[in-house]
Amino acid sequence: MKPPRFEYHAPATTDEACALLASLEDAKVLAGGQSLVPLLNFRLARPAHLVDINRIGGLNRIYERDGGVAVQALARQSAVEDSDLIARACPLLTAAVRLVAHRVIRNRGTVCGSLAHADPASELPAVLLALGGHVVARSVRGERVIDAGGLFQGVMETALAPDELLVEAWFPASPAPFAIVEESRRHGDFALAGVVRAADRLALFGVAPTPVLADSRDPVRGLQPSGDLEATPQFRLHLVRVLTEKAFAA
Amino acid sequence: MRVNGFAHPAAADPRRLLSDHLRHDLGLTGTHVGCEHGVCGCCTVLLDGAPVRSCLMLAVQAEGHDITTIEGLAADGAPLHPVQQAFHECHGLQCGFCTPGFVMSVVGLLAQHPNPTAEQVDEGISGNLCRCTGYAPIRRAVVRAAELSKK
Repeated sequence: MKPPRFEYHAPATTDEACALLASLEDAKVLAGGQSLVPLLNFRLARPAHLVDINRIGGLNRIYERDGGVAVQALARQSAVEDSDLIARACPLLTAAVRLVAHRVIRNRGTVCGSLAHADPASELPAVLLALGGHVVARSVRGERVIDAGGLFQGVMETALAPDELLVEAWFPASPAPFAIVEESRRHGDFALAGVVRAADRLALFGVAPTPVLADSRDPVRGLQPSGDLEATPQFRLHLVRVLTEKAFAA
Repeated sequence: MRVNGFAHPAAADPRRLLSDHLRHDLGLTGTHVGCEHGVCGCCTVLLDGAPVRSCLMLAVQAEGHDITTIEGLAADGAPLHPVQQAFHECHGLQCGFCTPGFVMSVVGLLAQHPNPTAEQVDEGISGNLCRCTGYAPIRRAVVRAAELSKK
């Protein structure tokens, strides 16, 4: 299908974008569009306003900061995949981004967009959580840091306020050993279940409304994954056990 | 925006998808539309040289950028582009509906990996669906395209 009607805004600076988000009712930020545009095409999302941040200059940097790597809002997933800096400082992120959809999607999709979209089956939120990273949110009220543990609130729900723009994500350097393992029906599909290991820390995705931290000795404790046509709750629990074993065998 | 080297006026309506703008406003119907949610890969075009889904971009977002569609790979009457030639030689198509998307994805793949491994070939075409061929001739076509591209 085709997107519903909306008013289109293309701010040239981050300040302009924040001013728009502060003044408009029912606005959505359009970054890579690889999740938002399908939702528009399906009419599952009908925002009154789209704030397209793609015209903002200097918002696509990937740089070293505070013993980790910062990825700005317009850094494409393919740029992160190809980044020597990230391969050196945070190879877990390199491994994870390769599991996100397909290269053609990653050429447009952004890391920050995946975090703001917060799909429970998405790899990158779980990586941010496993590493204990954070995001930087900016609005006309100022800038604040939101830790991964407080960012993900529910299925596609985050702690970002409607007037806030996620301008940067920060991933601590990945410790050794690390691993990301997932099971999906086809290459590039969303995972039925997946696990991220960063040294002794374990984060799970695809098995709860948000990514969750778990104990590697008993990773399914307290989990109540949902079932669907592709996997029953029992099968998802089985996958968590097997994938955790794989991640910790490395 | 520039499409296949020619400047074109912007789309009038912001909700116009790039795929629809190319097909309906510019008459470039070589870009096919399958699923309209980024799964099938039929609508793949090059944005400043990198393959992207034209159904997941608004036409207004392409302003100031270079778009290449399947029509832009080889002029009428000129020899086929190496990737097109390879699909022809290896019979990497049957009905042809998915072919423009495959060809544009493979152009992008070979730009990234001029000598792709078997794994890179599979990864490179994994975002495109073909319901006719079973993919084996398409895989052969990618390998052949890499050879032809070097000549």
